Amino acid sequence: MSTTPTMNLPSTPRGESKTPHFVDTAPFDPGASEPTANEDERYLRASALTLIWWKFRRHRLAVISALVLVALYASLPFVELIAPYGLTKRNGDFLYAPPQTLRIFHDGGLHRPFVYPYSFTFNEETFTRDYKVDVSRPQPIRFFCPGEPYRFWGLFDASFHLVCPPKDGTMFLLGTDRLGRDMFSRIIYGARISLTVGLVGIAVSFALGLFFGGLAGYLGGWVDNVIQRLIEILRSLPELPLWLALSAALPANWSPLLVFFGITIILGLLDWPGLARAVRSKLLALREEDYVKAAELMGASRSRVIGRHLIPNFMSHLIASATLSIPSMILGETALSFLGLGLRPPITSWGVLLNEAQNLAAVNLYPWLLAPIIPVVIVVLAFNFMGDGLRDAADPYH
Amino acid sequence: MISFVLRRLATMAVTLLLISCLVFIIIKLPPGDFLTNQIAELRAQGGEAAAAKAAFLIKQYGLDRPVWEQYLAWLGVWPGPNGFSGLLQGNWGWSFEYDRPVNEVVGDALWLTLAINIAVVIFVHIVSIPIAIYSAARQYSWGDYLATLLGYLGLAIPNFLLALVLLYYMNRWFGISIGGLYDPKYATAPWDWDKFKSLLQHMIVPTLVIGLSGTAAMIRRMRANLLDELGKQYYVTAKAKGLPPTRALLKYPFRMALNPFVADIGHILPGLVSGSILVSLVMSLPTVGPILLAALRSQDQFLAAFILMFVAVLTVVGMLISDLLLAWLDPRIRMGAR
Repeated sequence: MSTTPTMNLPSTPRGESKTPHFVDTAPFDPGASEPTANEDERYLRASALTLIWWKFRRHRLAVISALVLVALYASLPFVELIAPYGLTKRNGDFLYAPPQTLRIFHDGGLHRPFVYPYSFTFNEETFTRDYKVDVSRPQPIRFFCPGEPYRFWGLFDASFHLVCPPKDGTMFLLGTDRLGRDMFSRIIYGARISLTVGLVGIAVSFALGLFFGGLAGYLGGWVDNVIQRLIEILRSLPELPLWLALSAALPANWSPLLVFFGITIILGLLDWPGLARAVRSKLLALREEDYVKAAELMGASRSRVIGRHLIPNFMSHLIASATLSIPSMILGETALSFLGLGLRPPITSWGVLLNEAQNLAAVNLYPWLLAPIIPVVIVVLAFNFMGDGLRDAADPYH
Repeated sequence: MISFVLRRLATMAVTLLLISCLVFIIIKLPPGDFLTNQIAELRAQGGEAAAAKAAFLIKQYGLDRPVWEQYLAWLGVWPGPNGFSGLLQGNWGWSFEYDRPVNEVVGDALWLTLAINIAVVIFVHIVSIPIAIYSAARQYSWGDYLATLLGYLGLAIPNFLLALVLLYYMNRWFGISIGGLYDPKYATAPWDWDKFKSLLQHMIVPTLVIGLSGTAAMIRRMRANLLDELGKQYYVTAKAKGLPPTRALLKYPFRMALNPFVADIGHILPGLVSGSILVSLVMSLPTVGPILLAALRSQDQFLAAFILMFVAVLTVVGMLISDLLLAWLDPRIRMGAR
């Protein structure tokens, strides 16, 4: 294209006579030039976000998973209210107590929710703990009640709970552990750590992936080559031994909270190559799109092309792939804590809880200690389904 | 083909070099390893002999040298106190915890790790190919849904717990002894048919557990590949010309879908090796897994470094094999076209 100073056409980006970026401020009505039917109109005018939402909504399993996850994350600030017992409350008379079933039928009639009490005897012949259930005395559980006191958000003392054990009774819906601590409450408290691990870890890996992937895709050349090789090397290494080695390298005198951050950063450090690769390939592919060329021809600066046109377009993809890698982090933390190299008590995560179920005696005698596996599976599946739905919806124009 | 193999070998060498560097950094990262503790202890003892021994240790392990020299000496490309003697020369270092050379400590564990991983790779392929073909050919049938569900569960259940639970039930239902790779009574026995049979029995659970998530991933990808091919015109033409469905499926689309499948061996391998380490820890299999964990806990640096290196070599060589297979299958890759 030849440009002359009199013509109001943008020159090639490297030309000296570059015209400033032109944006017409006059209102633009696309319907005026090409009238369309009402239904089509609604579709054509919808923003990318709306289109993504419409497409995502059709994926029923993904929507349900998203709702489950939102509910779980929304409940995290209020675990003290939800859990019937405190995190460290020990019930000395009920060590390794089996789960109590929540019932609504007593003696053939409907009854408000209750549990049957049980009493503990030590069988001296078999050396097992026997719990005898007393089916004659239903103990109704209480709702919206004052229970065990706690310090809410570290700000003020409170004792309000959504559900409380019966008066003078117990309510161990998932049994108790070796110190008589209620598993159900501990799982609820553990959600706080286990669910945040994934988010913090993905934030680290997201930042690294965006940085390295952006650098590789944007600069190209030898930088691209070096980063590509680095990605290949990191991807060819088995993650677990490296996680083990790195978490063994965390100083032993760190506080549990520091260890928590250390572990999440370690999980994120090894996860970014996948995201970086996605960013790079998306950057390279989108650079060839017509609208990018159009923006360039209209004289948009490089930062505007990247910030206004490229990033919004691949962000949806990135969020989808990030969602799909959260489960591996949650599972990674669970595995590390299970092996005793991850988080340490008093920080309680699902992996820390599972650490107690490490031996076969637990599987044999106290199978309820394996209960934390249920939320792990639910959360991992929900993230997978939601990620699948997001990935399918991420590109609404195809 | 030869130039492709040579190029691939060169890349592998560079990759391994960088990995060795990474491993060395990780091993040197924790403050206060086994060796420095020992030296500090000797110094605290005081006395002529202890001081001499501390000085000897410092000299022997090059602690007075810069880190990069220590690294190169460990690798075997720089003269250490005993001349060139490192990984490349087959001297894998000294385990301080066991007070024996590393190669004596790891010994058989290397072969068993290799055996388990090969068994798992074979298992994953034998199981996932037929299931994937069935799932794709009968899309949205009950069998397809079942396979998808199993796949998702394989993805979501942590394999260490599955190992624990399966181990328990295998013992309860089939009387297979818990943990280890063969019955304790064969521990010192020479290898014969009975011991081999016991080994095979004990391999079932680990193979199943380690392979589950890999199988799930394989089925999903193979099914998607095959579905892509099934929509193409050549398949429709083949069917329209009267080729029996099974033959039409196996002769063309299946072969096309196999390509990305072979490439996937490289992708699932790191996961499998990770899984085998984790599962061996839970099931106390005599692989490198438990040795690695113990070495990391006691900061037995050369032992841990060697095992990390071994595990990396395992995956990198596995990826090389999968790449070579792919090149052999697909001339486009062999010729360097993209």
